[in-house]
Amino acid sequence: MEFLIFGLPLMYYVAMVAKVVVAFVFVLLTVAYATYAERKIIGHMQVRLGPMRTGWHGLLQPIADGLKLFFKEEIIPSQASTFAFLIAPLIALIPAFITFAVIPFGGTVEVMGYKIPLQIAAYYDTAAGKVFDINVGVLYILAMSSLGVYGIVLAGWASNSKYSLMGGLRASAQMISYELAAGLSIIAVFMLSGTLSMTEIVAKQSGMGGFDWYVFRQPLAFIMFFICSIAEINRTPFDLPEAETELVSGFCTEYSSMKYAMFFMAEYANMITVCALTTTLFLGGWNGPLATTFPLLGPVYFVGKVYFLIFFCMWLRATVPRYRYDQLMHIGWKVFIPLALLNIVVTGIWNFIIQ
Amino acid sequence: MNPIKTFVPIINGLKITLKHMFMKPVTLQYPTERPKVAARFRGLHALNVSHNKAKCVACYLCPTVCPAKCITVEAGEDANHDKFAAVYEIDMLRCIFCGYCVEACPVDAIRMTGEFELANYSRKDFVYSKERLLEKK
Repeated sequence: MEFLIFGLPLMYYVAMVAKVVVAFVFVLLTVAYATYAERKIIGHMQVRLGPMRTGWHGLLQPIADGLKLFFKEEIIPSQASTFAFLIAPLIALIPAFITFAVIPFGGTVEVMGYKIPLQIAAYYDTAAGKVFDINVGVLYILAMSSLGVYGIVLAGWASNSKYSLMGGLRASAQMISYELAAGLSIIAVFMLSGTLSMTEIVAKQSGMGGFDWYVFRQPLAFIMFFICSIAEINRTPFDLPEAETELVSGFCTEYSSMKYAMFFMAEYANMITVCALTTTLFLGGWNGPLATTFPLLGPVYFVGKVYFLIFFCMWLRATVPRYRYDQLMHIGWKVFIPLALLNIVVTGIWNFIIQ
Repeated sequence: MNPIKTFVPIINGLKITLKHMFMKPVTLQYPTERPKVAARFRGLHALNVSHNKAKCVACYLCPTVCPAKCITVEAGEDANHDKFAAVYEIDMLRCIFCGYCVEACPVDAIRMTGEFELANYSRKDFVYSKERLLEKK
């Protein structure tokens, strides 16, 4: 007789905790070493070396940075709104991490006779014989990523500083306008997949030896979504909320110590999430050659694709200078939104003709 | 907006940055790696030695030509009734390392070395006396 808690076997809870821990540690480590990788990659792209002193080729640099920030003095400006000032970094950080809950990072693996789908918010129903996950996974991600803007706006407003306020305002305008374009551009994908569940979207891309990716059917949507995502997470070339040349450090000007580090972690965690989401929607998620026969290859393909996209973000950062604010708004409202709408119409007509 | 005009420069830029990534970095890991000092580099001065004493005859040409007025010379007379520099000081805080003193010297008594790490803790340590200048081989 199986031991049940709330109608679910004990193994379900063990697997769930294990998945959460593994995914969380993976994201945290990637965040830490993304900072290192970024400094190294951009360094070499500028024919420099990047960090070299802490540890072999500077490998301990993220740890040293973390320790340094941890022991720095916490400064709260006397005119700041203290509660909002304290809560803002958390509001920025938490949505950045919890979006990872619905992203499938592998197929279904079997541990001690119990099938575990490699996606945090999912479980394998033995009676139905299929994986159940949140059937509106993408909607959840869009909701969470738009929550992140509150952290930045609140940080900008609560600091009671002109630079911070300008940064916060820019962030809100930018994130909201690019969210529209990003949301519209992935609608074309849902028109092909017919579902919002991440697991099924990945499953739909498993054809042709694991290469039936939506990027080949929707290249325009892929490019638009990736660019809009970069703009939405405030990365160069769209990092206007923290434009150093104009706004000192934008919304995090008044922040110090660990709270400043939290904004940085949120930024990098957002980058990972966006790259993971792009991988899932367009690059076939964990699909690849032989991924269905060897389930453990799935996470390898997934991580490889995500890291490639992260590398691409860094590559872009080393290449493209920051856009001006009016150019940013022009691209968002006058180029991407009409293009995304056109893409939806064309996809709709195409689907109708095929049927 | 012309998509070709927008994307082609970005793609060209991406190519350049990728090419640079595989180039040898120009960074010099300074304290562990030393820079190659050029043969005619103008660093710290040194007084040349001949027959176990400084070649300087205290002719005052170097303090005269010095545009920064950083050289102090006082002449003395030794046992053989020869003129020599009893005091020879260079104030490194004022020196502009122009090398005019080397050019002006008629007896080749002063030269400039490749030493460039001249930081110090107090102002008086920047005034190099004759003994310190002689030590520089």
